[in-house]
Amino acid sequence: MSAGLSLEAVGLTKRFNSFTALDHLNLKVEGSKCLGFLGPNGAGKTTTLKMFTDLIFPSEGEAFINGVSVQRDRKRALSVVGDLIESPEIYGSLSPREALEMSGALRGMRSEEIRARTKVVLEEVKMSEWTDQRFGRFSKGMKQRVNIAAALLSDPEVLILDEPSTGLDPRGMAEVRSIVRSLKSEHRLIFMSSHILSEVVDVCDEVALIDHGRLLFYDTLENVSTRLNANASSVELSFVRPISEETIASQIRPIPGVTTALLVGPQRARLIISGGPETQAQVLERIAGARLGLVSFEPSTSALEELYLREISKGD
Amino acid sequence: MAATPTATAESTSRTIGQVPETWRQSLLLSRYQFRDYLRSRRFILMMAIVVAIGAIISFILAYFHGTTTIAGLTSSSDAFYGSFWGGGAYVVIIFAGIIFGGDAIAGEFQNKTGYFLMGLPIRRAAVYVGKFLASLGASIAAMVVYLVILVGNGAVYLGTGFFPFALVESFAIALLYLLALLGAVFLFSSMFKNSLYAVLVVAILFLFGFTILQDLIVALVKIEPWFIIDYARVTIAYPFDATLPPHIATTTTMGPRGTRITTTTYSPTYPEGLAIMAGYFIFTAIAGLFLFEREEFT
Repeated sequence: MSAGLSLEAVGLTKRFNSFTALDHLNLKVEGSKCLGFLGPNGAGKTTTLKMFTDLIFPSEGEAFINGVSVQRDRKRALSVVGDLIESPEIYGSLSPREALEMSGALRGMRSEEIRARTKVVLEEVKMSEWTDQRFGRFSKGMKQRVNIAAALLSDPEVLILDEPSTGLDPRGMAEVRSIVRSLKSEHRLIFMSSHILSEVVDVCDEVALIDHGRLLFYDTLENVSTRLNANASSVELSFVRPISEETIASQIRPIPGVTTALLVGPQRARLIISGGPETQAQVLERIAGARLGLVSFEPSTSALEELYLREISKGD
Repeated sequence: MAATPTATAESTSRTIGQVPETWRQSLLLSRYQFRDYLRSRRFILMMAIVVAIGAIISFILAYFHGTTTIAGLTSSSDAFYGSFWGGGAYVVIIFAGIIFGGDAIAGEFQNKTGYFLMGLPIRRAAVYVGKFLASLGASIAAMVVYLVILVGNGAVYLGTGFFPFALVESFAIALLYLLALLGAVFLFSSMFKNSLYAVLVVAILFLFGFTILQDLIVALVKIEPWFIIDYARVTIAYPFDATLPPHIATTTTMGPRGTRITTTTYSPTYPEGLAIMAGYFIFTAIAGLFLFEREEFT
């Protein structure tokens, strides 16, 4: 095993009686990056993350963090990890300061480091004003923020996050994404499970998709579009006023280069445009010229979404 | 399967501090867990139980003071502490064990606090021992409060000079009983992922289950119940006894129609009582840890 920044699953398998939750997962992620671990509910995402943090034990195979086996030497393997699995609880009477102090002390951080980092991470998750309040009185979202702060406390090289925006309101979700994005710039490997495609597109560099306990693909986000269709791009259009199916049929679908045009909302449509950037530019110019009230267009997440649905449907 | 994206493995050098030794992590964890206990409602409940027991004893002593009803109890420090400490401390210990230990491990699964702890670079043994130490500390606090109430009453009825060495000896045995009980409680707590089940089983077993079992074994199987922890608890009172009860005593009484009924009663010898407690502690603590090491956070 290499000693670099890495996460590796070698034949990782988990069976619960006759049910196979994870089936011989082989995955190696190296270097400073964010990997989005995607899959529908029950696909095996959390099971995988739990085996990487030794919360459950593999039926077969092994998980390595920076080349150290989690199953053989959990203490050493997890010494470089900050994790957030299944929205943990902290002893209710402890304050975030005390909980982080305990977490830091158990990690071997010095008192002054704990104090300094506690201030930084609680500010980062916007919980500074609640530093000395008891954890038991917090809402689910506030607890999740403290959990994120705890995961970041030791400035870990490896972050394992299981749906970190769970339980947060839209603003909180955006803030978590922003935090994860900001962490990417540092020397760090982030392994984040999610079932929210837009979150993965927004934050991650690479994506791995699993379903029924099997890895379906692992690739960079850029390659995902290419894999779907080398010459196709997906664009979402927003209109200032409602647009009808008839308008799409009569004015958008006939435009050369448009292979698919779908109404996805009263004022939104999604196009798949074949051809390169030149064709894309021509299509958008034609739509703008048709005076349909086009106000914006943006690359949609549908490349990932389509690949996701295509791969998932294969297994059904 | 797609080709794995290539990336460079960079060197890793950001390590904040050295992860402490397991024993040190246990002590650290016990400190925070103990702090959590001190602030919890369960601690207030435990103290309320101890104070209530102490208040009842104080009331009875005050009410019957000077009468023949309790003359025997206040005639000597051995009689006084033998009755109220030797015969009563185990109640406090059992309640403390149930309240502080019943859900100690099960709660880690049910309340999801285990997800916070077990993601840290810490061995499960450190969590187990840390929580055990915290439960032990909180239980000792309850025992000390009970003892203070008794010593206060003792000072009133026996005089301030009556603080027998036997009480120190008995306190030490009570601590051993507490260790054994907590070991067993942690074992049951490790068997369940549900706090309620864990607390219920522990409460039923220790409040009356073991006593009934012991009586049944003696009456029906007619063997010494050395393997039941309840059997050993009378040892707590031994330091106050001038003469220890016989290890095996057989009495014969006349039953209906002239039948002879032979009854055998067992009392543990002093070393045997201590050995049962120590054995219980060692066996149950190891078995509980063994289970906790294998329990999954599913």
